Amino acid sequence: MSAATAVYERRGSALALETFAAWVLGILWVLPLLFAFWTAFHPAEFSTRFALGAPLTLENFEKAWHAAPFARYFFNTVILVTMILAAQLVLVTLAAYAFARFEFPGRDIAFALVLVQLMVMPDVLLVENYRTMTTLGIKDTILAIGLPYFASAFGIFLLRQTFKTVPKELDEAARVEGCSPLATLWKVYVPLARPTYLAFALVSVSYHWNNFLWPLIITNSVESRPVTVGLQVFSATDQGIDWSIINAATLLSAGPLLIAFLLFQRQFVQSFMRAGIK
Amino acid sequence: MTRTTQWVYGWLMLLPALSLLALFTHYPAVANLWHSFFSTPKASRPAVFVGLDNYRVLIDDPIFWRSLTNNLWYALGTIPASIVIALAMALWVNGRLAGRGLLRLAYFTPTVLPMIAVANIWLFFFTPEYGLLEQVARGFGFATHNWLGSQSTALGALMIVTVWKEAGFFMIFYLAALQSMSPYLAEAAAIEGASRWHFFRRVTLPLLMPTTLFVLVNAVINAFRLVDHVVVMTRGGPDNATSLLLFYIFETGFRFWDSSYAATLTMVLLAILATTALLQFFVLDRRVHYQ
Amino acid sequence: MSYARLSRWFTGCAAALASAFAFAQAPVEVSFYYPVAVGGPITKTIDGYAAEFEKENPGIKLRPIYSGSYQESIAKALTAVKSGDPPVLSILLSTDMYTLIDEDAIVPFDDVLKPADQAWAKSFYPAFMENSQTGGKTWGVPFQRSTIVLYWNKEMFKAAGLDPNRPPQTWAEQLDYAQKLTKRDAAGNVSQWGIQIPSSGFPYWLFQALAIQNGVNLMNAAGTQTYYDRPEVIAALGYWVDLAKKHKVHPEGIVEWGTTPRDFFERKMAMMWTTTGNLTNVKNNAKFDFGVAMLPAGKQRGSPTGGGNFYLFKKTTPAQREAALKFVKWATQPERAAQWGIDTGYVAVTPAAFETPVMKKYVQEFPPAAVARDQLPYAKAELSTHDNQRVTKALNDGLQAALTGTKTPEQAMKDAQREAERLLRTYK
Repeated sequence: MSAATAVYERRGSALALETFAAWVLGILWVLPLLFAFWTAFHPAEFSTRFALGAPLTLENFEKAWHAAPFARYFFNTVILVTMILAAQLVLVTLAAYAFARFEFPGRDIAFALVLVQLMVMPDVLLVENYRTMTTLGIKDTILAIGLPYFASAFGIFLLRQTFKTVPKELDEAARVEGCSPLATLWKVYVPLARPTYLAFALVSVSYHWNNFLWPLIITNSVESRPVTVGLQVFSATDQGIDWSIINAATLLSAGPLLIAFLLFQRQFVQSFMRAGIK
Repeated sequence: MTRTTQWVYGWLMLLPALSLLALFTHYPAVANLWHSFFSTPKASRPAVFVGLDNYRVLIDDPIFWRSLTNNLWYALGTIPASIVIALAMALWVNGRLAGRGLLRLAYFTPTVLPMIAVANIWLFFFTPEYGLLEQVARGFGFATHNWLGSQSTALGALMIVTVWKEAGFFMIFYLAALQSMSPYLAEAAAIEGASRWHFFRRVTLPLLMPTTLFVLVNAVINAFRLVDHVVVMTRGGPDNATSLLLFYIFETGFRFWDSSYAATLTMVLLAILATTALLQFFVLDRRVHYQ
Repeated sequence: MSYARLSRWFTGCAAALASAFAFAQAPVEVSFYYPVAVGGPITKTIDGYAAEFEKENPGIKLRPIYSGSYQESIAKALTAVKSGDPPVLSILLSTDMYTLIDEDAIVPFDDVLKPADQAWAKSFYPAFMENSQTGGKTWGVPFQRSTIVLYWNKEMFKAAGLDPNRPPQTWAEQLDYAQKLTKRDAAGNVSQWGIQIPSSGFPYWLFQALAIQNGVNLMNAAGTQTYYDRPEVIAALGYWVDLAKKHKVHPEGIVEWGTTPRDFFERKMAMMWTTTGNLTNVKNNAKFDFGVAMLPAGKQRGSPTGGGNFYLFKKTTPAQREAALKFVKWATQPERAAQWGIDTGYVAVTPAAFETPVMKKYVQEFPPAAVARDQLPYAKAELSTHDNQRVTKALNDGLQAALTGTKTPEQAMKDAQREAERLLRTYK
């Protein structure tokens, strides 16, 4: 609740009206997902009929789980997301530190080049990146999915901003104690930027967990496919769609992130706010 | 630290990130341009320099123009809508409404779902005859309608899906901004006798401008980058009514295997994104200052 | 030479010989792409085939790779070819033949066939060979082929006063029955459609049936010319469009392929056109009496064939090719082809398969299984040309434009023909 507008809070009927509108929107928003839940948890005959007494069943999930190697897909996705995040954290920290605290020729041009990636994401350059991966010989590997994203301009931008707000006195104090620049980075800057790191990590994980088009193109086999591509391969059948199973599979794929969010939503939201992303 | 040490440290720390960026963003962009001047190599025929031929084909290609206009309409349809709805959501969730926590959950949940999952759910939703939308519409007495199967509504249906997914995400940013607003502003305004609407328009909105710009940029990028739902729900149909630029590039490059034409199409997309980036820089520079 | 040295030399030789021997014995690996989503029931069947074949042929190791839909499989196969790591064998759409030839990805089977194999090579239904041969060579071997058939709901027929065991035989009857079978509720909304012909994704396939029934196929045998704007073709499109627009017995707009069988089970329509490959699906899920029939005749009966062929890839060793050929012959043996047809609903690809006891028994118990076979004499080659994806897309776009009403059938087909001619110019 915000104290900022407390003085302007609606009362009485106006409040009731706004509450009503907000709730209608909320219900509309949640309806498709509820529908998916309904279909996934009821047998196929009830997938489109909303009989309240309909029996609940887990068989759709079972069928979906056995119909495609979701376990492997989840494993791939976890590896992918972890690898990307780890690489991003290292590269982004170093680069942001360089931009924030060091003077060197070409710094501004380099920063401009970095910012280009904010608009021109690797996804857009599908065709060429595919060619590059072929040349490098790493097509159809999890590494190939993640490599174009390791250097995240968004992360560099965010972190540079945060590093710039660190008081110079702390930097000098560490230097006086005889710390090398890297040690200063590790001891002073990184701890102070923790909210930013958290926010960035959340954005990165959810973005790459949900990424689809590039992984679709670059992977071919079960061993490297993430769960989004697995879901698509699974639901694109030539022979007729069984909504119950597809919705079950859909919920399975979206499940982990959804559950993580439900459990940690407070932290999720707060980290965004604390990082001061304005 | 001496100047030389600064240079060395600076460049060394920057090198890993910058080289990867160069390899996967800058180099491909340039290579794209290069390849757009050649023909597509096939097994029997290597690539041949054709100058502006690909661009001439591009200008004559009705599907390209359709994809481009679709994308522009799509951007126009989804960006303002998602921003306005996000702002409304943030204001409501920020206020003293009953069940705020649940509402926030409801609004934000679509964002954590992969677009693929969202597309599958909505595909089901839109299915003629017995999809949920149909059942609700029938309940109100409307006739059945094939949302995804008719040219007039297919793109609109996709827009709805996008707004549904994106608005919650933007809401969070607005929420952060709203909560960091100083309470004194409202008190001062109330003392001056400003009405609620006046306060909103003259104080809140301008203060939210940086957030709006940030959200706007994100929305624009996504309008051109996110085509997962096209792949799942309509495959560009009916008759290219939902073909978006990146989707057409994807089809050209990976279904028709016409790599040089795909490169040519990508140049257009890059041009659009570059223009938006330039606009963003100039507007941002003027309005907002980061420390 | 000292004894020690001699024995070392001897051991060395023996080791070399042993490893050479082992190498010669090393199993030949035959990887092949199969177009199905991983983990479905069909994957178990294919895995079973692989295991059985390996048992009978210890020197060969079969490695099925499940590559999703037909579209995805051709994409993956070409990707693999371009990156220098192609499979040995693949099952891909029969219409992908020209694309694979143009990309220099496959070799004709004639290169590996021995004189003794000629009889086997000629044992397939001619209708299926039409999409498998060009330039006098055989590039594909049929494995899972299909035609379009008409499924009808016998209960609904009875309720409408029609003979539940008599499907419509002509276009006129199809329209007439559909009109009797379309039901509307009090508000005037349709609660039951007479007929549904899917048009999402690949409407060209279903449309081709109408064109053939009206007397004209859509392309020439060499894959260099299309006939989208022939008057008979335009008239066939007009018939389809009118079903929805004029007679209102068919849903308007684009009908989704994937949900059409489900619509049938949900009793949303009385008749549907879809692949015979859905037969097992319908048999298992339709909770009412249903029938399967050949498509009604226009000027003649007709249907395009569909489905996938075996293709042999180019970058393979002679040993791999031989092993692959062995598997192809093994998989298309009459008993196996028959069982495959029974399990999946695809049409068994050889007349011999239909003569096997197991198939004869099945057809006796379940007559619809023979309908697709009976239609084969009227079946024609599926639409297939150079630059197949785009030439087909031109037609698909035109069909969807006509079905959604944004273009007249004539305009749509003329535009499609113009686009196709532009694309095929370099191949003539």
